[in-house]
Amino acid sequence: MKKLAIARGIKQMSKSNSFRDVAVVSVASHQTKTLSEVNEVQLMADLISNCRKSAGVTQEEIGFTCSGSSDFLAGQAFSFVHTLDSVGAFPPISESHVEMDGAFALYEAWVKLQIGEVDTALVYSYGKPSAGSVIDVLATQLDPYYVSPLWPDCFSLAALQARVLLDKGLITLEKMAEISMRSQKNGFNNPNAVRSSKDVSLENLMNEPAIVDPLRASDIAEIADGGCAVILAAGDKAKSFCERPAWIKGIDHRVDSHTLGVRDLTRSPSAFLAAEKAGRNADRLDLAEIHGMTSTQELILEKEFDLSEETLVNLSGGCLASDTMMASGLIRISEVASRIISGQVDRGLAHATSGPCLQQNLVCILEGE
Amino acid sequence: MTDPNSPPASLSEEVEIPESISGLEPVRSVRSPIRLIYDFVPSPPVQEYLRSYKKKKILGHRSPIDGAVFVPPRGVDPRHGVLIEESVELSDTGHVGNFCITHLPIPGRDDLDTPYVSAWIHLDGANVGFLGLVSGCENDEVHIGMRVQAVWKEEEELGNTAENILYWKPTGEPAVPIEKAGNRAWDQADE
Repeated sequence: MKKLAIARGIKQMSKSNSFRDVAVVSVASHQTKTLSEVNEVQLMADLISNCRKSAGVTQEEIGFTCSGSSDFLAGQAFSFVHTLDSVGAFPPISESHVEMDGAFALYEAWVKLQIGEVDTALVYSYGKPSAGSVIDVLATQLDPYYVSPLWPDCFSLAALQARVLLDKGLITLEKMAEISMRSQKNGFNNPNAVRSSKDVSLENLMNEPAIVDPLRASDIAEIADGGCAVILAAGDKAKSFCERPAWIKGIDHRVDSHTLGVRDLTRSPSAFLAAEKAGRNADRLDLAEIHGMTSTQELILEKEFDLSEETLVNLSGGCLASDTMMASGLIRISEVASRIISGQVDRGLAHATSGPCLQQNLVCILEGE
Repeated sequence: MTDPNSPPASLSEEVEIPESISGLEPVRSVRSPIRLIYDFVPSPPVQEYLRSYKKKKILGHRSPIDGAVFVPPRGVDPRHGVLIEESVELSDTGHVGNFCITHLPIPGRDDLDTPYVSAWIHLDGANVGFLGLVSGCENDEVHIGMRVQAVWKEEEELGNTAENILYWKPTGEPAVPIEKAGNRAWDQADE
């Protein structure tokens, strides 16, 4: 019943084109190679309280709290319940959780804000892949009958995708190395980057041996522990929390088939469509933060988003610098939002992905006034 | 209206097997075993808590907001979502805040005879309870507010584990009045 009401509400809103103004007003994130002495609860208690502090809100003033995390990653059933200790859920709060990247939790909170049920929301997500094997965990999301029993790891699947791109002449090994170089150089200015280098050379990257042919170590995501917290607010509330809120001008998510064999792996139609629906083309883009687990996936996404020369891509270094399963997508939104809030850029695209080989994609367009 | 309990039509009819595979045993289920291995490292407060058990000490965490003491220590005050750094040593005496008499065995605990009593033990100086077994008296003598003390393993058997406490036994002291027994942390928050 409730879901139907939500769907109807959105339909009516889009008909009258009267979306509520909703903005990201505060962000906090942390990523590091291994959080050996800190658990998820302590990490998030720190990030959430910093995030609330910089917006000047208490938990009691927050209308809705939504998180994203994975029990398979934590190795614990209902692990998100423990992490609620870091929120301070007393007096009792209105809360929800998605077993997806935090960017999709942000989408749920945005819908709640659109309906007008609440004016503020806290969104957070986190992951501690150092406790287990993230590539094995990701294999369990695949088709349980035909694919999962073969345990293909996420980088091998991405390598199949890269092979098609190379053989069709859509990319070159050099172009891939350029993406890796961009990531490592940009990551140098990001305290959360695990892999970064000020003076990495194209030649060195080209000489690296392939580890999952044709991908080199520098072509694949740098797995990291971490988390991210974001506060959303609507209308005047947003302006009272933040001098220059990062307004969400459009947000959309789409999915491609789960069956790898029926997809053209050189493309990501769902990423293209999500960007179209989110209104990418309405104005110029100063910045794009894109979520790809390999240099080749970043290249596919750049094409799908039709980014021009004047758009800066992954100033944070992206996932090749630091990739935290369940948080990387929300961190892309937080990276764009924080640069709008600080006045560094005016308009940006943030992208989050989920599933194998860019199967599910969310695009969020953020803008400052 | 469709009866939700009746099986779909496609399942109610016999399946016709094509002749080419008619001699084969039909596939009724597919097994795909999943095994994932994790290295779990307890956080520093939990490590400190477990290590102190070896010295027959129980540690709690004191909230910086209102001084409420939580046991076991988790590094945060869950009411406010703030980090806690102050540890406090608690005594091994307290009272039963609530209890349950269980008649079903726990798989893997053959040493535990049924029926047994599990209880929320509220240590003196703590504002929340934690789980323990009550023994050393008849099960029907256990009541809310009953004063108890830890019965520890022999010195040479002590390890870095909460298993060092075998059970909680009645002390015979006057009981805590029922209206004062149980959780105190949330009462404090209301004040």
